[in-house]
Amino acid sequence: MTPEEIINPANRVYARPRLLTEANTHYCPGCSHGVVHRIVAELLEEMGLENRAVGVAPVGCAVFAYNYIDVDWVEAAHGRAPAVATALSRLNPDNLVFTYQGDGDLAAIGTAETIHAANRGENIAIIFINNAIYGMTGGQMAPTTLLGQKTATTPYGRRADLNGYPLNITDLLAQLRGTCYVTRQAVHTAAAARKTKAAIKKAFENALAGKGTSVVEVVGTCSSGWKMTPAQANDWMAEHMTEHYPLGDLKNE
Amino acid sequence: MPKVIGAVTVDAMRCKGCELCVVACPTHTLALKSNDVNDRGYHYAYAADMATCIGCAACATVCPDACIEVYRVIEK
Repeated sequence: MTPEEIINPANRVYARPRLLTEANTHYCPGCSHGVVHRIVAELLEEMGLENRAVGVAPVGCAVFAYNYIDVDWVEAAHGRAPAVATALSRLNPDNLVFTYQGDGDLAAIGTAETIHAANRGENIAIIFINNAIYGMTGGQMAPTTLLGQKTATTPYGRRADLNGYPLNITDLLAQLRGTCYVTRQAVHTAAAARKTKAAIKKAFENALAGKGTSVVEVVGTCSSGWKMTPAQANDWMAEHMTEHYPLGDLKNE
Repeated sequence: MPKVIGAVTVDAMRCKGCELCVVACPTHTLALKSNDVNDRGYHYAYAADMATCIGCAACATVCPDACIEVYRVIEK
């Protein structure tokens, strides 16, 4: 068979999800945000939730998420996505409400909102992209930055005596009684991306079933902030990030 | 034994040349255009050796810009 004979819609096994808009994302080449956006769009389409889903966009690199996934969105103030999602899910209990946040948004300025929304057990799904750096503002140190990691504001590496320790907020959230599902995944390989898809699907199902707060942390990369190629960033992530942020389920009730 | 034949197409204008699909491809089907760029200046990915493709969709699963379509035929 020639490639021309194979390439026809009857044989298609993978295509761009319908819920991704035609816009080109503003993300750097190889950014993990693109992969997670695609996974969310695929899931909302497969689960038939495009008319019931409401996303809450963060401040950070994913601030324009509402331009890329064609469902309803609300843009929250920096770090306040779980608080906005609380109101949305309480006023519209039939809707799927999810937040999409980075580590600067969820684990720094939004720590209080995140912890209290999870502690109240709001029926929301929190998708948390942890790339250990403030990507949008130029690669400054984030609370999640690893010890020894070089950033724009820690040019000699993060030091515990000066900058404190990396904050593992997903472990904290797993301690709370309001959360029903807390997991940490990655998207650096095809197998990992499939696992992440299954995890986000479970989080969406929990939110629809009213079981409480689900948190899916995706350990991501920031090739621009880390000053690496996308492939090197994935390798560095697999080698160093997973040491402090081990992948797997932390809580599944 | 049934033979699996695959094919991929890349939306060259949308591709940002991040090379993640090239790394993920188990059969070394994909490569980046080393001497050509798209409208936005990226060395985009293309199927350099389509005959080796098995249609596993690993490339599409890791593509951050969702610019890869995968086709598969099982020949009995």
